[in-house]
Amino acid sequence: MFDLDLWREIFQSINMNRTRSLLSGFTVTFAILLFAILFGISNGLQNTFAEAFKDDATNSIFINSGRTTKAHKGLQAGRAIKFRNKDFDYVKEEFGNKVEFITARLYRNAQASYRNEQNNYNLRAVHPDHQFLEKTMIKEGRYINQNDLKNRTKVVVIGRLVEEDLFLKTTALGKYINLSGIQYKVVGVFTDDGGDNEERLIYMPISTAQHIYGNNDYINQINLTYNPEMNYDQALAFGNQIKKKMKERFSVAKNDQRAIRVRNMAEASKNVQQFSFILGIIIFIIGSGTLIAGIVGISNIMIFIVKERTKEIGIRKALGASPRSIVSIILIECIIITAIAGYIGLLIGMGVLEWIGPSLKTYFIKDPSVSTSLVVGATITLIIAGAFAGYFPAKRASRIKPIVALRND
Amino acid sequence: MLKINQLHKSYPIGDSSLHVLKGIDLQVEEGEMVAIMGSSGSGKSTLLNIIGMLDEADSGDYILDGLPIKDLTEKKAAVYRNKFLGFIFQSFNLINYKNALENVALPLYYQGMKRKERQERAMFHLEKVGLADWANHLPKELSGGQNQRVAIARALAANPKLLLADEPTGALDTKTSYEIMAFIQKLNDEGKTILMVTHEEDIANMCKRIVRLRDGIIMEDKKIEQVRAEQYV
Repeated sequence: MFDLDLWREIFQSINMNRTRSLLSGFTVTFAILLFAILFGISNGLQNTFAEAFKDDATNSIFINSGRTTKAHKGLQAGRAIKFRNKDFDYVKEEFGNKVEFITARLYRNAQASYRNEQNNYNLRAVHPDHQFLEKTMIKEGRYINQNDLKNRTKVVVIGRLVEEDLFLKTTALGKYINLSGIQYKVVGVFTDDGGDNEERLIYMPISTAQHIYGNNDYINQINLTYNPEMNYDQALAFGNQIKKKMKERFSVAKNDQRAIRVRNMAEASKNVQQFSFILGIIIFIIGSGTLIAGIVGISNIMIFIVKERTKEIGIRKALGASPRSIVSIILIECIIITAIAGYIGLLIGMGVLEWIGPSLKTYFIKDPSVSTSLVVGATITLIIAGAFAGYFPAKRASRIKPIVALRND
Repeated sequence: MLKINQLHKSYPIGDSSLHVLKGIDLQVEEGEMVAIMGSSGSGKSTLLNIIGMLDEADSGDYILDGLPIKDLTEKKAAVYRNKFLGFIFQSFNLINYKNALENVALPLYYQGMKRKERQERAMFHLEKVGLADWANHLPKELSGGQNQRVAIARALAANPKLLLADEPTGALDTKTSYEIMAFIQKLNDEGKTILMVTHEEDIANMCKRIVRLRDGIIMEDKKIEQVRAEQYV
């Protein structure tokens, strides 16, 4: 198949007829350019959404308590539901394998100071699993562990920005931070993708917080992630099951919306998935539409070119060119022009995305880029497209009768 | 060498058809130099095209070098053309984006010859027509006479049995025409069989035999005393 002379013939023909080749390639370049930009922007939008959910695990379920709004089982409306450690243990035991990570949360506010620097921070008292639920990344030191929980150690893990605020340029690890009058040892510094607010937090073992702030075993919230092997429907059912069991446990009316609230991220992530899917389809339709327009364009120009080259093809045939060699010349020339033109379009598109990418961030388009798999896919598509575009012109060329082509006129 | 028997050819024109060749009988021996003459519409070009396998006869026999030429597929016709025939056209029909050497090498390319050998052979033939120094020039950089010589070199490149020339001097001035004819005569002297279509008496007289066509039949077929072209150059 690989015939060096054939390629030489083709490259000569392309090279010696640059304007012609350029013109025929232009439509495809433009089509691929548009396609690449559209695709990049859609990618950017999807990145933005992925980003929005990346901060926390996408399979999270949050259980909150509130006040009852309905009287039930002889209990009055307006009763405050408060979770305790035993409720946390209950959820953990009851749902067993369906739960991947689980943590309780206790929210507090703390006046933190170190030497002369001081500031107000949100404090979260949690279980060790919280690290995975929140996708907290430890920069230095460690996260809260089981030992801290058991011994109610006075340790904290602080956000990167807390360290920056209070410890200025020095490192916080191992130093003691003052929270509302009590000294805590900093055992870890973390970063988080969720933005500045998420990095201005202080984590503390929940047992420590319960002991210090009120000496009780209340918790504000239970967070868990469901087993990632669950599909969307199973995840939704699981969320509903938790809600039902918790309502039973706290003797809350089934239709009481306020007392026990369960927020299931599966719903949101399903929405995002659907959005991405639909967006993908739209982009695909527009993209393939432009590509088809490009193919039709190049095919048209190739037909014109074949007409223009009628004489040349006639000469070749008179000199002994077989119909097959004529077909391969036109077909391969078309494929090469399509592929090169397409690649130029792709490169320009990537360049444009690179160039305008940063300024698009304000429009919720993050890192608009074209992936390697798309480039590979585009290559294959372009070769097929070129073959399609070249097929009819090539067939036409092979049917040219040398006698017609060579007629003196 | 070439034997034609009762050759008929007609072209459809609308509902009716135009009978162009009405039973041609022609025999050409090796080493002959034949001029086919006739006014336009006499069928001389059609005859040459059929001989050149660029067109097919409706009926009749055509035997080239003992090989019956009939019902050829396009592929087979291409192979035969390449092997047996060399074409020289009025308008040269060189490929305009290829230089002289590449044009001459083209029939060899279709023979499947290796590039290096091809170029050597092409160069040899270019030297023969006296254009070795112009090997890398494009047709548009050459004069009409030079272009026709490149075309002749191309026709010779594949070493064909029969050289077919369709008004080879039609686009050239008299002086250049004679130069070209002198060259073609030299080829004939070397033993090439040549068949040319022309409507110019002086050119025809430089051949060894004149076949006159009128309305699709041969009116006259006579051997003549060849006029040498060198004397006019």
